[in-house]
Amino acid sequence: MNLALSDEQEFLREAARGALSRHKTVAAAREALDGQDDALPDLWPMAREAGWPGLLIDEEHGGAGLDAFDAMLVLGECGRVIAGIELLGHLPATAILSDSPAASSLLEPLATGERRAAYLPVCPPDDLEAQWTVDPRGGAGRSPAPTATAADGGVRVSGELSFVPDAPGADVLVGVAMLDGRPVGVAIEADAQGVGVEAVRRYDATRSLGHVALADAPATLLDAPEQSLAGAWHLAQALLAAESLGAVETALDVSVAYAKERHTFGRAIGSYQAVKHSLTEVLRQLDNGRSLLYYAGWARNGAPAEFPLAASASRSVGSRALDVAARTMISVHGGIGATWEHDAPLYFRRAQLSRRLLGGTGRATDRVAGEVLTQAAGA
Amino acid sequence: MDLDDTPEQADHRAKVRAWLGEHKSQAPVLQGPGALEDEAEILAARRAWQGKLAEGGLAGVVWPKEYGGQGLGPIEQVICNQEIARAKVPGILDAIGVGMLGPTIIAHGAEEQKTRYLGPMLHGDEVWCQLFSEPAAGSDLAAVQTRARLQDDGSWRLSGQKVWTTNAQFASYGLLLARTDADVPKHKGMTMFIVPMDAEGVTVRGLRQISGEAEFNEVFFDDVELDAGSVVGGVGNGWGTALTTLMYERVTIGLSGEGMGYTPARFAGAIAADEHARRDPEVRRQLGEIASELTAVRFTGYRTLTALQKGQIPGPEAGLAKVTIVNGAIKAGDLLADVLGPDGLEESGDLAYMISFLPGLKSAGGTEEILRNTIGERVLGLPPEPRLDKGIPFSELRSKEGAPA
Repeated sequence: MNLALSDEQEFLREAARGALSRHKTVAAAREALDGQDDALPDLWPMAREAGWPGLLIDEEHGGAGLDAFDAMLVLGECGRVIAGIELLGHLPATAILSDSPAASSLLEPLATGERRAAYLPVCPPDDLEAQWTVDPRGGAGRSPAPTATAADGGVRVSGELSFVPDAPGADVLVGVAMLDGRPVGVAIEADAQGVGVEAVRRYDATRSLGHVALADAPATLLDAPEQSLAGAWHLAQALLAAESLGAVETALDVSVAYAKERHTFGRAIGSYQAVKHSLTEVLRQLDNGRSLLYYAGWARNGAPAEFPLAASASRSVGSRALDVAARTMISVHGGIGATWEHDAPLYFRRAQLSRRLLGGTGRATDRVAGEVLTQAAGA
Repeated sequence: MDLDDTPEQADHRAKVRAWLGEHKSQAPVLQGPGALEDEAEILAARRAWQGKLAEGGLAGVVWPKEYGGQGLGPIEQVICNQEIARAKVPGILDAIGVGMLGPTIIAHGAEEQKTRYLGPMLHGDEVWCQLFSEPAAGSDLAAVQTRARLQDDGSWRLSGQKVWTTNAQFASYGLLLARTDADVPKHKGMTMFIVPMDAEGVTVRGLRQISGEAEFNEVFFDDVELDAGSVVGGVGNGWGTALTTLMYERVTIGLSGEGMGYTPARFAGAIAADEHARRDPEVRRQLGEIASELTAVRFTGYRTLTALQKGQIPGPEAGLAKVTIVNGAIKAGDLLADVLGPDGLEESGDLAYMISFLPGLKSAGGTEEILRNTIGERVLGLPPEPRLDKGIPFSELRSKEGAPA
């Protein structure tokens, strides 16, 4: 039993924190919201230099050959400074490709970051929903997964995916399509005919999103097993959780610092139980989230059958923690916390959008219930 | 990151499992068919079983060898606990004594005390109870009023009342925190004592709770005589000695693991069995949130173990896991009762018992509010509440209470 970070993991985290500290990501987030479209720094070169694009690709193909938990450490650091780096889209895509021997030739430029991939999020079935589905453009329903038809040695894919993280500017789109009723992995060159990517910005300027329209787009058929296709969805959940919990750390640190220095009625406000207890509640949720990241990081390889539960639980707790942390950050700072000049609104915006991506927090929470109920029914 | 046993740990687990395989038929049956019913019989059987576990090296695993323990680390204790749970046999009867009070005596007691008391404690021959909390001293433990007065011959006379005392009804001894000097500030004037529960002037009364059962006791001391050798850790050092006990309380909770038995699996069965409930979005949302948090606690436990293995002592943040467990279990009980309707509150059922038990558990080991204060101050570094009791002799505090700040 050992859940301590290894020296390498400590180093990975410290190096990430150091590299990110050289960019004014938080200020840039505000400027971008103010309409300065070029305000956001391009952090991909930094990510390449650090080797992050290849975190989950094995060394044989030019990657670092690390685990999901290592990727979560990096995403956590990105979340701390609400940096917009296209890893949430890139890493799950590389996970599918790494499990596809037929596509191994695609890996090397993705490992170095010379090319960038984006994961097309297709949600695997659960105990109530038998189909693979995608997030709808709006509303509470689910939309059907893209479909594939066999064509001249490969497949052609049609379908629509909404709010795909990091799709704009990606070189290759990697996801799941239904071929004769079965889920298959597909890799689609973004500049191929029949591929449309419409960049969209919603509420949090640091988050690159795109609506992807596929109309008979030529695709490489991947031979990743179904578990890997589902695993990419769960990996994305865990990465988003890690990123959210990183943002919680900052929100909590800043709020605690303010609660120590701001005085009312002759006392630091952090000495009041009402303030103190709301901050310990953030810590409690953060700590639960961290524990679930360990679970998800371990389960992906250590207990694959538990990975859906672990990743969904981490997403459920992580997203909620960020919502609570951002709201607490605002309220601890009083009125100033709700002003444009303060950082709190940026973390709040990050929280609100993140909660609605990749199936939304509700879907992750529901999958936790589904996994637990299925286990109980089988016991 | 690794959840597997090291070869040494696997070896230890195999030995423990083999021992349990050989001896489990001697374990008392407490549930299901053939379960013991008579209280006295259950007690005798559990004491005997604790003795067996101690002989087998499954109790007092972290105690030094010279006091009958195994001299091993916390991870080996956890392995024993896991294997005992796996074998579906009861654990030791006196978890409070072996887990918290024994280690306190080992740390602070005189050699004669260790020689006299530790062996019988470990083997279940003499059960112990913890006499700390009082009606007006719980979260603010240093407010204890139970008074021990030194006599000319070096003996002590003890008067006062303790409460929430588990196992007092059959304990042989108690470890008691008393005030010995009221003219100094409250943290300074306390002393820890060993009290024979059969001494003249000791009265134990069961304290019934919401469930109707008496989980705890009140204990009254009416001019009880204690000899000079009953002091543990020195006169006036009671607070420091008590802190050791409380630290071992956190360790014990950390080692018990798996969320005190409140696992998602325990709650999911009844919902899974109800065709409507298992599809109900609101039921699923609540179950998902509860299960996520209770699952987190399992890994918080593993993180605590990792820290213990590295020789770190669990800090007050371990209390956050308790808050999560208790509140999660309360919500789960509520959800199940919603699904099952009034039948969920059938008195004889496990669910009704749990629903009755949990509101009190919220305050056990310190109220949630005081836990959050401690964590806010010790972990987040937030400034403390202004206190009106600092530096003031205990005897003058009463008159200050109620006075305007």
